[in-house]
Amino acid sequence: MSLAEPATLSVATPAAPRLHILRHVTKRLKASLPAYLLLLPSLVSLALFTYGAMGRVLIDALYQRATPKAPLRFVGLDNIAAVLADAAFTGAVVNNLIYAVGTAAPSIALALLFALALARTHAVNSALRAALFLPVLIPMVAASALFLFIFLPNVGLLDYYIGRLLPVLPNWLGDPDIALYAIMIITIWKNAGYYMLFFLAGLQAVPEDVMEAAHLDGAGPYQRLRHIILPELKPTFLFVTVIAILNAVTQVDHVFVMTQGGPSNSTNLVLFYIYQQAVEHYDIGKASAATLLTLAALMGLTALSFRTMANREGGP
Amino acid sequence: MKLIDRLFRDAPLATRGEITPKLGFALTVLLAIVWLIPFLWMVVATLRPASDGINAMAELMPSLKPTLDNVRDAWEIGDFPRYTLNTTIICAGILLVQFVTITLAGFAFARLDFAGKTLIFYLFLMQLMLVPVLLIVPNLRLVAQLGLYDTLAGVMMPFFASAFGTFLMRQAFEAIPTELEDAALIDGASLLQRIRHIYVPLSMPSFSAFAIISVTSHWNDFLWPLMVINSPDKRPLTVGLSVFTKTAEGTQAWGTIAAGTLMVIAPLLVTFLIFQKRFISSFVTSGIK
Repeated sequence: MSLAEPATLSVATPAAPRLHILRHVTKRLKASLPAYLLLLPSLVSLALFTYGAMGRVLIDALYQRATPKAPLRFVGLDNIAAVLADAAFTGAVVNNLIYAVGTAAPSIALALLFALALARTHAVNSALRAALFLPVLIPMVAASALFLFIFLPNVGLLDYYIGRLLPVLPNWLGDPDIALYAIMIITIWKNAGYYMLFFLAGLQAVPEDVMEAAHLDGAGPYQRLRHIILPELKPTFLFVTVIAILNAVTQVDHVFVMTQGGPSNSTNLVLFYIYQQAVEHYDIGKASAATLLTLAALMGLTALSFRTMANREGGP
Repeated sequence: MKLIDRLFRDAPLATRGEITPKLGFALTVLLAIVWLIPFLWMVVATLRPASDGINAMAELMPSLKPTLDNVRDAWEIGDFPRYTLNTTIICAGILLVQFVTITLAGFAFARLDFAGKTLIFYLFLMQLMLVPVLLIVPNLRLVAQLGLYDTLAGVMMPFFASAFGTFLMRQAFEAIPTELEDAALIDGASLLQRIRHIYVPLSMPSFSAFAIISVTSHWNDFLWPLMVINSPDKRPLTVGLSVFTKTAEGTQAWGTIAAGTLMVIAPLLVTFLIFQKRFISSFVTSGIK
């Protein structure tokens, strides 16, 4: 078969249906116009501050200045290589991983405990839920201001009440081995009550008749938790884990207020590193490269949970 | 024991003799008390006179001679009325624009059929994950290019569209029977008139749920305004509080810090205690904002 043959074949397609398709597309676009106009304000904002911003990060990550006043020049992947070679960045990534696991796991476990204990609604439980929820409402900066005193060496709240039991008083925020765990406590305190709400909502989906059947069969509390409640809460777990990890990357205001990443970079987290590069070192190229890497990691997480999210919002 | 029996009164008969749920409940009560301690300290320390000395600062028993000196000091050192005004302007500005954008977009998704609906839906959905705080660097440069650096408008701009709000309004609009709209259609009402006079009035609960989430999250925003705002008189409460804390920490004025923190969070806490049920149900729907 010669190569020319297929070309002659395609001529056989009549022109009319193509015109028809074109007309159909214009018609559909015209019918869609009101919807596009309604979506326009939101789409402009998304284009500028979400998708445009992602595009700018991508481009900015490819350029660098030799000195702050020098002109921009294209450096390809040099910024990304520089960030990956920067011990401060890899340290921040490791810290952030420890911080993510060390805040997500305990706050989710506590949230589940709270939800199981307070599932039935009466006045006492409502008051307890409100108490556990209060930290969710306040700004991270306000929580930091309170915990600055709680962690204050010698005269602070923690040392005043608990420190007396310890042989040596730890310097909660000043000791590089402890500081990261100290700021993790704040995050757990602040978020457990928030995740509790999702488990409370999830528990309502546990079918009443299955629980009754389990009671009749004499299943104990552990068996009911293990074989009925936990399987039913699986989507809630997935959803809350994603939020907890997102929070571990984005909700780190206390690092800015309390430790500035110190002592000796022990509480430096990725977002603080990005901020330092951009605002303190005016190094937009490196800041963008670090942003790009973080975005890529979070997009991977997004891909994992995308279907759950789409279902939650009711599908397109 | 009687009290515990009353708390478990409506539990299924078979489970009333079990110990584990009661232990879990006891642990939760204990933790709820621990959870409240920072707030308790804040109130006690605010009212404690400086004459009690630094060593009594951590004492959770209220002082016998309560004073409002700390509140007065905080009020004078920090420019809290100004900060409160700025935060209010930021939250109100964002919310008003969001109401328009999410109503229009929510309606398009709920009631209209258009080319590329699936693609646009996913563009919105992705925004839930790409938390704006991660894009501070490119967005700061854009705000500067638009000439909005060091302005409150610059702080508000990135939040004018809300995917969460759009989905919330879509859900609310979908629940409204189409017969109502058909009647208005016969009377010759335009699209915007139908949204304004039929859909919006019937969706007030969703608007208030969204308002709660939007205002609390922007009331608490810190990093973005920290980067956009330079002039002291344009600081919102969070940035103001962090500067104030740094100053007062140097002089070990912990009572003043407690008073300042109290002033910053009081409006939110009071509103929460009044509208507790609304807050809780709004936060459940929020997930990611």
